[in-house]
Amino acid sequence: MESNTQFSRSFFVNSCSLASIATAEQASSLLELRDKLTKVDESCLYYHFWGARMYPHFVQSEHHNDFASWVYHRLHDHVLAERLSIIDPTEFNTLDALRQEVIETIDRRLDDYEIVHWTKREDRFHFICTSIIIFESSLVIERPQDLPSVIPMMSPGSIFYHFIDARMRTSDKMDDFSVWLETFGDAYKDLVQKIQAIDPYFLSLSQLKDELAEVIKGDFISRGQL
Amino acid sequence: MNQLLESYKEAVGADILHELSQLARVLKGMRIVHVNSTKTGGGVAEILMTMTHLMTALGIETHWEVINGNADFFECTKQFHNTIQGLKKTIIRPSLLKAYEETNAENAEHLRPILENADVVFIHDPQPAALISHFPNRKNKWVWRCHIDASTPNRAVWKYLRNYISQFDASVFSLADFVQPLPHPIYLIPPSIDPLTEKNKDLPKEEVDMIYNRFGIDPDRPMILQVSRFDYFKDPIGVIEAYKLAKKFKRGLQLVLAGGGAPDDPEGEIVLNEVKAAAASDPDIHVLFLPSDSHRTINALQRAADIVLQKSLREGFGLSVTEALWKKKPVIGGNCGGIRLQVFNHHTGFLVDTPEGAAERIRYLLQNPHLIHEMGEKGQRFVYENFLSTRHSRDYLTLIISLFHPTNNRRFEIHNINGK
Repeated sequence: MESNTQFSRSFFVNSCSLASIATAEQASSLLELRDKLTKVDESCLYYHFWGARMYPHFVQSEHHNDFASWVYHRLHDHVLAERLSIIDPTEFNTLDALRQEVIETIDRRLDDYEIVHWTKREDRFHFICTSIIIFESSLVIERPQDLPSVIPMMSPGSIFYHFIDARMRTSDKMDDFSVWLETFGDAYKDLVQKIQAIDPYFLSLSQLKDELAEVIKGDFISRGQL
Repeated sequence: MNQLLESYKEAVGADILHELSQLARVLKGMRIVHVNSTKTGGGVAEILMTMTHLMTALGIETHWEVINGNADFFECTKQFHNTIQGLKKTIIRPSLLKAYEETNAENAEHLRPILENADVVFIHDPQPAALISHFPNRKNKWVWRCHIDASTPNRAVWKYLRNYISQFDASVFSLADFVQPLPHPIYLIPPSIDPLTEKNKDLPKEEVDMIYNRFGIDPDRPMILQVSRFDYFKDPIGVIEAYKLAKKFKRGLQLVLAGGGAPDDPEGEIVLNEVKAAAASDPDIHVLFLPSDSHRTINALQRAADIVLQKSLREGFGLSVTEALWKKKPVIGGNCGGIRLQVFNHHTGFLVDTPEGAAERIRYLLQNPHLIHEMGEKGQRFVYENFLSTRHSRDYLTLIISLFHPTNNRRFEIHNINGK
């Protein structure tokens, strides 16, 4: 998961689109979820932690990945849901390491179970994998001062790519905006901190864009540059 | 930028439209053909109308063809529809299956030039699925688009259709819950509504107000509405039951059941007659059988309603739910299919399993009108972000790119779109 965003001082804005691909693999119980997790393509991990943000969905902020949400709403195991929800995918260098963490968290909970609960047919967990297509937008940010005017023009796909997907491919697990601003030394250190304080898990992509735009605009206003 | 794209830009935002144009540039020069079984009536026809215009405006040559069939053919495909959506006891007569195969064979010859010249052929639903068997040496990509819930099909019918469907290069389903295992990639693409059509665009208040007079609805009393084809799976009788239960507490309540038929649905008239009989004793139940082009009337009815119901027992996606949310109406929907992807309890409406449940939620919302307003706002935002035709088109473009550029690591980068 290396960075593939090359900065030569200018920030070339990319966008992306995700194809959601059904695996037809399902789980009706925690045991099945655990077993199938060992076998599914690792892009399923990407989808259920990050990619689902690009798939039509209603933002329910209490759970940060699909596993936690399913365990909460369909298995009604609130303890496990909380433990799964707190897993931070950026702490893992590979999707396979992330997979192992999810499996181990489930295994620990299974040790507590006397009876494994099953869901109804319509409540099964469906494993979905993904293929991501990355393409150029025509937007280029020549200098940091242009950020406040360019961010509002960015599509949800660009926000996803640079603010969310970046955390899986940059060496410091940061968003691309922070990585780029750090190439200017300490000049934008405060702004980087403010950007990194935005928790992407609680916002839809359009809310995320609005929040990012507001933080950046506020910083440049305080610098007297807007 | 042409006029249509300008209009979309206004409706969905320049950022979304720019992204769509960038993706479309990758596919410039391609020819796409969609095939289904009706030009009018139902969500599929509406989607294809929009998709064809929007893709063409984006510079991708897109055609929409319709197969022709006789009464036996449509009786067969209606039974496909019902059995794939779970009706177990039906056995389709061999003579109907013969009509299905012969109709597809005839249409294959008629459509051969355009289908052979396309780069990608999208076949919508089971009606034209057997076309593929008449193109054994095809060089292009064929995709089967399933708009219905195939999660628990009649196994005998699915086995029959699977022979055809497995020949495709890929399938598209609206939701993961609807998927059957197939030997090719299965893409998930929820459908969409078009914010620019007569069905969904803003209407002047006077036009909405005129709907009351036209259909004898009292504007001073609450009105609940279900818009759907007259089809058992939409449970119109259950809606009447829910209305009657709610009316014990909300005496002025009015119900409108509005819908039409479609040329490929021979069952509609039987259901309509049952609904009329159930509604006959109550003058506050308005059963409206509307022509298939009554989009503006439907639009006005949805805007005039206080609450919209979609109490389906089985549902593909439920575009009438999307339409209602777009018009800021909370939806009380059956706990099934794509309704579950759109209706979230206390946020955009309520999911219910029985007429009793629907009645209780009707009473709750009418008693708390501020919630109708709050949920309505949230519902429209939800549709804006997720279920407009621009997102749908983006997903189709993504699918096509994925089909032509399969990668092992599931990441594909496209360079030099801008010709730098």
